[in-house]
Amino acid sequence: MSALEAVILTIITASTPLLLAAIGELVTERSGVLNLGVEGMMIMGAVSGFAAAYTTHSALLGVGAGLLAGVGMSLLFAFLTQTLMTSQVATGLSLTLLGLGLSGMIGEGFTGLPGIKLEALNIPFLSDIPFIGPVIFGHDILVYGSLFIVAGVAYVLFCTRLGLIITAVGGNHHSAHALGYKVLRVRYGCIAFGGACSGLAGAYLSLAYTPQWIENMSSGRGWIALALVVFSTWLPKRLLVGAYLFGTVWIMGLYVQALGVDIPSQLLSSLPYLVTIVALIIISGNKTLTKVNTPACIGQPFAPER
Amino acid sequence: MNEPGANETSKYLLEARNITKVFGELRANDDVTLSLKPGEIHALLGENGAGKSTLVKIIYGSLRATSGHLFWRGRAVTVPNPAAARALGIGMVFQHFSLFDALTVTQNISLALPSDVDIGALSGRIETVSNDYGLPLRPDALVADLSVGERQRIEIVRCLLQEPRLLIMDEPTAVLTPQEADQLFVTLARLASEGCGVLYISHRLEEVRRICHDATILRHGKLAARVDPQQETAASLAALMVGTEVAAVRTDKGTAPGAPLLELSGLSLATDDQFGVSLKNINLAVRAGEIVAVAGVAGNGQGEFFDALSGELTNSNNATVKIAGVGCGREGITQRRRRDAAFVPEERLGHGAVPNFPLSENVVLTHHSVEATRLKTGGGMAGSAVVRNGMIDRDAARYVNRVVTELFDVRKGTPDPEAQSLSGGNLQKFVVGREMALQPRVLVVNQPTWGLDAGAAALIRQALIDLARGGSAVLVISQDLDEIFEVADRIAVISRGEMSQAYPSEELSLERIGLLMAGAHEAVAPNVGAGAV
Amino acid sequence: MILVLEKRSQPSRAMVWLSPVLALSITVVIGGFIFASLGLDPFKALYIYFIDPMTTLWSIEELIVKAAPLVMIGVGLAVCFTANVWNIGAEGQLTMGALFGSAIPIYFTDWQSPLVLVLMLVLGAIGGALFAAIPALLKNRFGANEILTSLMLVYVAQLILDWVIRGPWKDPKGFNFPQSVSFEGWQLLPLLGEGRVHLGAVLALIAAVLLWVMMGRSLRGFEIRVIGNSPRAGAFAGFAQKKVVLFCFMLSGALAGLAGICEVAGPSGQLQPVISPGYGFTAIIVAFLGRLNPIGVIFAGILLAISYLGGEAAQVELGISDKMAQVFQGMLLFLILACETLIHYRIKLASERGAVKEA
Repeated sequence: MSALEAVILTIITASTPLLLAAIGELVTERSGVLNLGVEGMMIMGAVSGFAAAYTTHSALLGVGAGLLAGVGMSLLFAFLTQTLMTSQVATGLSLTLLGLGLSGMIGEGFTGLPGIKLEALNIPFLSDIPFIGPVIFGHDILVYGSLFIVAGVAYVLFCTRLGLIITAVGGNHHSAHALGYKVLRVRYGCIAFGGACSGLAGAYLSLAYTPQWIENMSSGRGWIALALVVFSTWLPKRLLVGAYLFGTVWIMGLYVQALGVDIPSQLLSSLPYLVTIVALIIISGNKTLTKVNTPACIGQPFAPER
Repeated sequence: MNEPGANETSKYLLEARNITKVFGELRANDDVTLSLKPGEIHALLGENGAGKSTLVKIIYGSLRATSGHLFWRGRAVTVPNPAAARALGIGMVFQHFSLFDALTVTQNISLALPSDVDIGALSGRIETVSNDYGLPLRPDALVADLSVGERQRIEIVRCLLQEPRLLIMDEPTAVLTPQEADQLFVTLARLASEGCGVLYISHRLEEVRRICHDATILRHGKLAARVDPQQETAASLAALMVGTEVAAVRTDKGTAPGAPLLELSGLSLATDDQFGVSLKNINLAVRAGEIVAVAGVAGNGQGEFFDALSGELTNSNNATVKIAGVGCGREGITQRRRRDAAFVPEERLGHGAVPNFPLSENVVLTHHSVEATRLKTGGGMAGSAVVRNGMIDRDAARYVNRVVTELFDVRKGTPDPEAQSLSGGNLQKFVVGREMALQPRVLVVNQPTWGLDAGAAALIRQALIDLARGGSAVLVISQDLDEIFEVADRIAVISRGEMSQAYPSEELSLERIGLLMAGAHEAVAPNVGAGAV
Repeated sequence: MILVLEKRSQPSRAMVWLSPVLALSITVVIGGFIFASLGLDPFKALYIYFIDPMTTLWSIEELIVKAAPLVMIGVGLAVCFTANVWNIGAEGQLTMGALFGSAIPIYFTDWQSPLVLVLMLVLGAIGGALFAAIPALLKNRFGANEILTSLMLVYVAQLILDWVIRGPWKDPKGFNFPQSVSFEGWQLLPLLGEGRVHLGAVLALIAAVLLWVMMGRSLRGFEIRVIGNSPRAGAFAGFAQKKVVLFCFMLSGALAGLAGICEVAGPSGQLQPVISPGYGFTAIIVAFLGRLNPIGVIFAGILLAISYLGGEAAQVELGISDKMAQVFQGMLLFLILACETLIHYRIKLASERGAVKEA
């Protein structure tokens, strides 16, 4: 495997969890809901995926378990913020704290155990082509899944009535309600979708990226995914580019070190976080970009009394 | 709600019989009956809080009546939701639009139509219908870029596309210039001639007398009268609406105005908000003892103008805003208050007052930098400062609250409730009274009486007049031309961020103001039928 | 049957006090069920968790040691959250405060003076305040979301600490362990009593009382409350939102930094890779449990300290994972938020959505 091949492969694997979590959150935010619990849902997806895969010896079942864990966490969030109308910021934070604690507890029994790896799809003949084979055709289903989901979301949002309704609900929930759309139902659905994606992202971490369970293994990726959504101004195409850019930054540290450059490893490890801050500065400072695309109702609870 | 035996060959398109709607202890509608014929423009009159919106929501299916029956074209019907109303052929244009700024006209309308409507053909239909009825729309326009009048057209065209038999309009001319209103009346006349009924809610009595064939008047939730508006005068209609003679506001334009206390010279302010309005070269002076009104339809920069005056938006050129001859364009609102200026914003909750703070704390909002409350209580006693050495004196704040309550007849459940628990009228009385307690020499008010009942509105207008006659300069920004003619000595018009000169109110007519609102350059919208300029 | 919320005409006074208690009770009940499902006697387990830590003098002292930083950071966060300013990076400000304050013992090892400790504390507060100013300035200048920026900085601060104690500040006589030199007596916080309770506890109490007065009585506190409730009304009152944002961040940052240096100059006595067991994050829960009221935060801090202690005890005596405490804390916050709804709304089960028909 050539160096270039290796680099591309690691970029793809580093970007996939970010992309998965972010596209789910993008849909959630489009409907007007800010779910800060992405990190918590992701880590729960990771531990559930690993636990299920280990006990059943099936990575696919692990993926399914991760997805369900994400959905379950997100529905808890949805119940509190949509039905009980709690503060979305506070509830999202508590979802993350709960997820980190719960996953730590569940995961204690699984630390140090050998991982179950999610196998790459081996497409006969295509995967064997030198260079192109592994790089384009040699990935596991979650990598392809992430791209498929992004394309699907873009299609639904911009070409279907459902997408229009989601945008409407996020733009002006009072108007949507007045027109007869079930705001809460739409939001529950979008929140669950976001949870499913975050769960998948977590499962990817513990079943494909580092097939193992390590406490707090999400390392803040959930937060970076949130920043990514802002950075993409809620457009799936931009999100794809952003996720891969961040994925590149994430693994850059490894490669710079390998090149023998004498930079403290901590500085390299801090790059993803610093770059996230810079990205937020750039995009938030550009008022026209943000103002036009921001779902106007984001973060506001919907109380149907007008 | 299916009542057998209701089948007279009904000449009525819609009959609402004995409608009662109870919300907890409030009887919003109490045994109300309304009937409307095809091709008739029927007015529904009543002051704010009379129950018009409730009745109409019941007809449209947004609310369910507690008791009573609805008959549509002679048959008893239930209207469980707006979709059912639309299926019957009832369309409604609300006062507050259900539009999505980030979407186009076509997208907005498609969301309001049933999902089986062909979107592809929709743009074409929108263009055709809108032009046909004299309310032209560009299907690809982003709603955020449209004026309020154009947005209303979207709502109307949306209804028209479903070929309604009854069109309900809730205060449609509140957001239109006189010319746009004329255009609307032409459209309504056309609809009526085609057999469509129109239920027209308004409190604009001259309009109602002009275009309506019949009127139902509600008062405190009950049916007060059923009259032919063209046989009545505006005064008699008003009396039926309010129940008593409305005390006319006393304006004695006796004394000549004094020195200018508020001067604006070349005030320009670029907006950084994509959907805001930039102010351009505004010149205006308000003298001691006079009330100057700034007329204008919503969305022409009134908010930005108010912020520039209050100091929430400052100007780099100090001389653009002068209070009592001293330049203060660069100063913030607190400093301007120290110059004896006071301000009442348009939005009561969330801007003029904090909704979930008690009234006494809301006093602190504008009194915190003032040495002492100077409101004369009759005993000549002045209050002490609300804030001293950075600490709040709660008793002083409560004192101001008590005084304001007494002088402005603020009615509330407890002495110091949360601001949001007050009715609109009482909250506004509090807010205006709070500012008057500062005994300002300059008072700027934005939309002083929107949404208020006649009693509260009259009290506030009288307070403004009294303040002016006491030697202060009062600037009123308003969309209500009736109000403006009632209180103003001079009137200026704001249009797209530019201001006309201020004319003495005797010299202005409704038509002239309409022309000023449209600005010198705008062509009047194309119209159907007879010309209407 | 669905859940319907009915708005109360006036917020329920009773619920303001009752909702945290209710949340706590439900948490305890759920905890009991979890213990039972693990095969343990729920009452015994709950006793060990919540009652035991209050029974011996030693454990009470340990409670105070844990509660002090929680309260100190919690009151700062309570002020922040009241202003709707979301400082999630308190953990990072704690770390930076510890770093700044430790500079004195590390660079001026032999300077002996009562001033040393004072300076350490002051520097700790300054370090936390400066670090917290970053997200505030980014928000003010660029509109960058302060939740994300302050959180990112937590990771950055942790990495800075890691680098510093493995590199320039590593104790040369420390057998290559990642830790700094141990601080000498005068560089440590004075102890109160026999146990590990240190001056930090007193400082935390003072901070709570001062902030309580500020929020309740002063114009500054009023400013903060208005901006948190209605920014537009704040502008109308002449309050500068940006100044309030900066003030809140720097205040809570200073307190977090102070807590950080207190931890290092108190219980641990040196810089180590892990300074706090997540106090900066737990303080968020403390702030909410205390209903964003500085005096309430004192009680909330003690309560959460109990859960920490209980977690350790339960691990020793019952073999339950000490992560259980974190699960409790997360659950508690969830329930606090859910029960807060009861203040403004009544919950009813309805067969259809009441009088107002939705289409």
